[in-house]
Amino acid sequence: MTTATIIQSLASGLLMGLLYGLIAVGLALIFGLMDVTNFAHGEFLMLAMYISFFLFAFFAIDPLLAAPLVAAAMFVFGAVIYLVVVRFAMRAKTNIGMVQIFTTFGLAILMRGLAQYFFTPDYRSITQSWLGGKTISLGGVFLPVPQLVGALVSIAAFGALYFFIKKTDFGRALEATREDAGAVALVGIDKNKVFALGWGLGGALVGLAGAIMAMFFYIYPDVGASFALIAYVTVALGGFGSVFGAFAGGIIVGLVEASTALLLPPSLKSVGIYAVYLLVVFIRPRGLFGSI
Amino acid sequence: MESFAQRRRRDLIVAFVLAALAACAPFVIKDVYVQNIMVLTLMYAALSQAWNILGGYCGQISLGHALYFGLGAYTTTLLFTKFGVLPWFGMLGGGTISALIAMALGYPTFRLRGHYFVIATIVIAEIGLLLFHNWDWAGAALGIDIPVRGDSWLRFQFTRSKLPFFYFALVFCCVAWLITWWLEDSKWGYWWRAVKDNPDAAESLGVVVFNSKMGAAAVSAFLTAIGGAFYAQFVSYIDPESVMSFQFSLLMALPAVLGGIGTLWGPVLGAVILIPLTELTRSFIGGSGRGVDLILYGTVIVLISLARPEGLIGLFSRKRKEVSR
Repeated sequence: MTTATIIQSLASGLLMGLLYGLIAVGLALIFGLMDVTNFAHGEFLMLAMYISFFLFAFFAIDPLLAAPLVAAAMFVFGAVIYLVVVRFAMRAKTNIGMVQIFTTFGLAILMRGLAQYFFTPDYRSITQSWLGGKTISLGGVFLPVPQLVGALVSIAAFGALYFFIKKTDFGRALEATREDAGAVALVGIDKNKVFALGWGLGGALVGLAGAIMAMFFYIYPDVGASFALIAYVTVALGGFGSVFGAFAGGIIVGLVEASTALLLPPSLKSVGIYAVYLLVVFIRPRGLFGSI
Repeated sequence: MESFAQRRRRDLIVAFVLAALAACAPFVIKDVYVQNIMVLTLMYAALSQAWNILGGYCGQISLGHALYFGLGAYTTTLLFTKFGVLPWFGMLGGGTISALIAMALGYPTFRLRGHYFVIATIVIAEIGLLLFHNWDWAGAALGIDIPVRGDSWLRFQFTRSKLPFFYFALVFCCVAWLITWWLEDSKWGYWWRAVKDNPDAAESLGVVVFNSKMGAAAVSAFLTAIGGAFYAQFVSYIDPESVMSFQFSLLMALPAVLGGIGTLWGPVLGAVILIPLTELTRSFIGGSGRGVDLILYGTVIVLISLARPEGLIGLFSRKRKEVSR
């Protein structure tokens, strides 16, 4: 193993990690807002990838151009899921945590079934996108262009999110609602509206990630499952609810995955991520940046 | 209004009657396909009862019980195929190993709360799955065929009839139920409910929260591994995906959740509804791989979680109250 191989894999790991952060941030946002873990998050990603695929297959729109469209569609989808399903799960009087876990789990299974029914279980891929399959050499390190663009999109998205949360009225309403959902009602903020927008925003962010992923990854009904677990680990590493913890968590997960792949057989690369998760929560039971 | 003691006596009588009826069922239902579903239903009822001890009574939601199920299946199978140890010993060995591992894993994980704990259980089971995938001696991804040497109770192998498996599953289900019934009124049962409702208050009242969780985990894992060992004998072929995948963790938790979490009858009721539903949709409409089974399954889970968060058992108690009035 030479230094060049190590740098090479760490660089790819970093890019992948930034993408993991983008995949996971919607989950962290929703959790921080209302203490709900969306166990259908992976299926949100799956849906976003299919939307990108069909935009490409039917309208020949490149995933890069389609990304804003996918994000917009997923914004609507996320808000609708909140209004139609999750809102009612929040009303449960008993076992509230359980109800949320299993409602979103049921939703995940339902979405997977619908995807199999309508899109068939076939593996699909976007073969001829602008960026797909291209690599670029930066100082001797070869980087796949889709992942590089994905990483840049991720950094931009986190930057925009930061601005959004700190500087806009809706962002402040979001922050206030997560602090105390009861009190905001007194100052005229509609809690349901904020939650719906939060779910929309979470959906839009994973939509963005899905469009990027569609450039270089196979698209099939179960694709969400493996990324979902990585997303939960990412969010938990950063500390549930910490939006910028997800950014750091993603980078750590990407680097750990790349290092594990260097040391162990490729089929065991996820073991490293899982082990780091356990190690972190055993030492800090609330994640790295979790405050609660 | 009946007292707690009266209710417990009534539960015992109802269980006895139901078990007797179930024992007679194969004389009426001869169809092998239906008998197969009955075996699986009883098995999942028992497994969910085991899950319910830790997840329901003690409130520690595990979505990683597939690990113990797989350990039970692998211990029995490996001991039999590599060393010729009879499955009955393998079953107890698998149970013991699982209980010990559950306690070893519980030591660090029981400090975690909420989602951190749930994700830790998923992640640990996934690590187990990946390790078995790469463990050549244990058949790796290809799995292990259990050599069939003819019908025998000694080797717990039956190729001609499902009935012996049916009766074992029935006994397993009854034992799991009885253990829960007994624990419900033991000091453990009270400790667990206290830990579930408010761990801090329980601690201050002298409940050793940590030990209570460890006890629940050990009993739960032991019973789950027995189920895994049984399943291996029942299907006579195992590989990591078919005994340790996440799907099993979900299938063990769901009956309890749908039927009524932390209740004596919830897991049985949930399994009786859920397992036949899964199997029937899978074979009648889902056979083409078009996912109709998943659609139905997902819809049922969402609807029940939303409409009956306390579980379907709530329907019964309400009806009974109205009748007694």
